[in-house]
Amino acid sequence: MEQPSYNTAYNTDIVRSFATWSLVWGLVAVLVGVIVSLQMVDPDLNFPPYLTFGRLRPIHTNAGIYGWGVGTIFATFLYMVQRLCKQPLWSDKLAKFQLWFFNATIIASAVTLLLGYTTSKEYHEMEWPIDIMVVVLWVAFAVNIIMTIIKRKEEQMYISLWYMMAALIGVAILYLVNAAAVPASLFKSYSAYAGTNDANVHWWFGHNAVAMALTAPPLAMFYYFLPKSTGVPIYSHRLSIVAFWSLIFMYLWTGAHHLLWTPVPDWVQTLAMAFSVMLIAPSWGSVINGYLSMNGQWHQMKENYLVKFLILGITFYGLQTLQGPMQAIRSFSAFIHYTDWVPAHIHMGTMGWVSMISFAAIYYLAPRIYGRELYSIPLANLHFWLVLVGQLIWTISLWVAGVVQAGMWNAMNADGSLTYTFMETMVEMYPYWWARVVGGVIFLLGIVVFIYNIYMTARKSEPAASAASAAGRA
Amino acid sequence: MWEKKPVLLMVLATAAILVGTIVTMVLPFVWVNTDADRIEGVTPYTPLQQEGRDLYIREGCNNCHTQTVRPLVAEVLRYGDYSKSGEFVYDRPFLWGSKRTGPDLARLGGKYPDAWHYQHMKSPRSMVPKTNMPDYDWLSDNPLSATVIRNKMETLGFPYTEAQIKALDGKNELDAMVAYLQKLGSDIPWRQAAEVTIVGDLDNPFPGDTEAIAAGKTLYVDNCAACHGDRREGGIGPELTELGMEDADLYRILHNGIADGGMPGFSSLGATRLWQLVTFLKSGE
Repeated sequence: MEQPSYNTAYNTDIVRSFATWSLVWGLVAVLVGVIVSLQMVDPDLNFPPYLTFGRLRPIHTNAGIYGWGVGTIFATFLYMVQRLCKQPLWSDKLAKFQLWFFNATIIASAVTLLLGYTTSKEYHEMEWPIDIMVVVLWVAFAVNIIMTIIKRKEEQMYISLWYMMAALIGVAILYLVNAAAVPASLFKSYSAYAGTNDANVHWWFGHNAVAMALTAPPLAMFYYFLPKSTGVPIYSHRLSIVAFWSLIFMYLWTGAHHLLWTPVPDWVQTLAMAFSVMLIAPSWGSVINGYLSMNGQWHQMKENYLVKFLILGITFYGLQTLQGPMQAIRSFSAFIHYTDWVPAHIHMGTMGWVSMISFAAIYYLAPRIYGRELYSIPLANLHFWLVLVGQLIWTISLWVAGVVQAGMWNAMNADGSLTYTFMETMVEMYPYWWARVVGGVIFLLGIVVFIYNIYMTARKSEPAASAASAAGRA
Repeated sequence: MWEKKPVLLMVLATAAILVGTIVTMVLPFVWVNTDADRIEGVTPYTPLQQEGRDLYIREGCNNCHTQTVRPLVAEVLRYGDYSKSGEFVYDRPFLWGSKRTGPDLARLGGKYPDAWHYQHMKSPRSMVPKTNMPDYDWLSDNPLSATVIRNKMETLGFPYTEAQIKALDGKNELDAMVAYLQKLGSDIPWRQAAEVTIVGDLDNPFPGDTEAIAAGKTLYVDNCAACHGDRREGGIGPELTELGMEDADLYRILHNGIADGGMPGFSSLGATRLWQLVTFLKSGE
């Protein structure tokens, strides 16, 4: 712990505010997730016009990605950049603006989506005025991070800073290109691209938003918080260089694996498939680097709750980046695409990988931003098991559901006719959808325990004694 | 060296990101939505259809329904001809979706009569008891705004007539939705192309067979009752209690449907089940 925890020049207030708000939006995301999962099993739980599945599902996804995911990115990046650069934040005022504008944007998104103002483009549903807010927000964030890096006192830029900068650029390019639209009114616009072009542009965005918002930033966190939590550096610097450059190069070719067998040109699909399989290498570069960094430290899995979250998180990243390429292969996509398998894949990534890393980061930050020891390590362990079990019930039940449904969709009789009507296949899904509700509720309980633990840390806990004890090592 | 130069790192990262972007995202614009994939007969949406499409978007129908049929055997059998690039040139945004909680809708246009859609949108469970689709009866409470729709057509640059705008008078959101759904995938004559001429003798292999009647009854409940009534008393479709026609003629109708009458074809059920249905319908049970 070379850095003092409370370097007065470092802005920790802003980190605390972002962490707190990301928890609020995370709770909203998971709560709405449980509500829409109930609507899937009982249509009477739709209350039109505002509270229907069609309008609430985008609120669930966007609150998760932009509220919880990006909120945590803001908190952790603003924390990490100051320490990795040995330099206070470039502008505290800009950061303060970013905080309030962030919440304003999230609230505006939720309200407009409830009102039915949507572009329909998945993970980019917000209409053009909100798009402008997102752009302003991202620019404010990027300028502060980049200026802090430029003014840094530590010449060598650590791995996490590379991923941060790639994410800043990547998100900006993706979001701007995909947002291009012609407004018809204040809350209605038409995409600048039509049909097949629009689909291809959108999934170039969609898949790489996963890369630049939900892969590069958690990797930046992982590379920082794992060594900080274990006290042991990353195993291979060279491996991290190869993994970084090949990851950001290869990702952008793969968007069309969301569009296999559609009218998008075949060669685009084939390239997407090939690069998706190749992407296993850089993804696993980081996974293996993480595992090897645990050489001689595996006992910490028992002793250090932070390490548990981090290692399970990187493990789910590893599984995610094997399952993803598998789904990106034409023959398997023909079978599994459009079924419930795919949401399960996404949720292993969001609940298992991104959230696990974010939980670890916020636990690590808690003593440093609230100035108090973590309220309860047993509660942190309970949180760990609840979110792990909840996620596994959620994902495994829907993988099974997806295989069942795909099998039924494709089943044919000897005379060449289809064995099942669509409704016969859908009725089979209800038990699995109920299992998802159970998994989601358990995950939600985990989040509630987490928030309670952080709340009690902020309010009631003992003042943090030293940086070493605050690192979470028992 | 780049590890110590942030600007250089960002320039290199941008370059790395742009290579795949240009090849797989920018380059396809050279061929897609050009003469290379244009299909004659594909028309822009009318004002009523476009408004229906915007309502489909507003209500997030795309969260549960896809609009692309892939060139795969089971899929073409279930939904109809596979989707072609040129069919989507007027779609802003695309609505292909990513999840089939409900069935694909790319070839829905013309499959059912309007009356089917009105009843199904108002109360899906009245027709498909176990569906999880919510009711959209409330759409019929909301009138359309000619001014708003005209502005949308202008923005999109789609042709429209004053008569079409005038015709919006008195129409509601449900009317627009049904008009849109009836347009889906129907710009190309795929249904006529898919129709098969049945050759040779058509002999019912199960005349009077009690097992076939029981099987046919189950098939009737699942596939026919929504339109023809639980007791074949009729509804959206005609009553079927006393069918005088020959087994072979009935088989042909079940197989190919009646295009002008709003009766979909059920060839995907296959010969065995179609004959079971014929046997049940003729049994008078």
